[in-house]
Amino acid sequence: MFLINIDFQKCKACGYCIQVCPNKVLAAGSELNEKGYAVTIPERLDKCVGCSMCATVCPEAAIEILKSKTTPQERNAR
Amino acid sequence: MELEYVYKRPSAISSEADGYCPGCLHSTANRIIAEVLDEMDAVGRTIAVFPVGCAVLSAGYFLTDMTIAAHGRAPAVACAIKRCRPDRLVFTYQGDGDLAAIGMCETIHTANRGENITVIFINNSIFGMTGGQMAPTTLIGQASTTGGPSRNPDEVGYPFKMCELINQLEAPKYIARFALDSVPHIREAKKGIKRAFSIQMNGGGYSFVELISNCSTNWKTTPLKSLKFMREKMIPYYPLGEFRKPEEEE
Repeated sequence: MFLINIDFQKCKACGYCIQVCPNKVLAAGSELNEKGYAVTIPERLDKCVGCSMCATVCPEAAIEILKSKTTPQERNAR
Repeated sequence: MELEYVYKRPSAISSEADGYCPGCLHSTANRIIAEVLDEMDAVGRTIAVFPVGCAVLSAGYFLTDMTIAAHGRAPAVACAIKRCRPDRLVFTYQGDGDLAAIGMCETIHTANRGENITVIFINNSIFGMTGGQMAPTTLIGQASTTGGPSRNPDEVGYPFKMCELINQLEAPKYIARFALDSVPHIREAKKGIKRAFSIQMNGGGYSFVELISNCSTNWKTTPLKSLKFMREKMIPYYPLGEFRKPEEEE
């Protein structure tokens, strides 16, 4: 499974990542950061396949993607 | 639970990097340059030259050595640095108002001498920082504050195609144009920048990389609509591709 870290203060809510995600994982959030942008949130993280297209288009380099090293048994259990 | 990075923020970018408008592709350009510097392990031996205009905000992004040149003179300053320190990776990072307007003389003569530097040209077809004035690269029919609602070629001429212009010269070794509007284009741009830097570090000569970018603020649109404008209007006028590359790579 994958984790999407979106830097809360760096996100400027341009919406590029939301548009580019093939599985509609990301969505516009409602919480504002210090600059007043409604920070994007990884709403459906279970759908993430780790393609890192969101991180490729993110101008602010605010998105980091991590992968957990799960065993096949753990994966089947999900 | 053990975690590994699929994508990690490049270490060549400062953690306090900030300054561009939401959705501005200058930041994307900075990010891919930083990724290339990380991959080449060149952060400690790079000297960046920034000009005047929005491109100067990048001075707050990179953790490399850098200097800021007078308006349009970045290639001249970069030549001097490269001639003094030929072991360093020297690149300039210039916008269209800087490179194609006030700095046209330096741009052309540096290319014509084949100085061993890399010029990264961000073409967003308008003056960004000063408030949306007409740039030499503003498209026919595009609105700007000094060109009115539509650029009229009878009055102010046609937009410059810088890659094609520099491609007329003998000395440049690498000339390419990429766009930053989509994932495949961004990945190609990154490869092109890496190739340009490699050519320089191998003593190859002058390399010129144009990146088609946006300016949603002065185009008076949203970031997502600005990408649409790039795809529909800019890329057809400014065709993408590698105009010239070293023979051994062909």
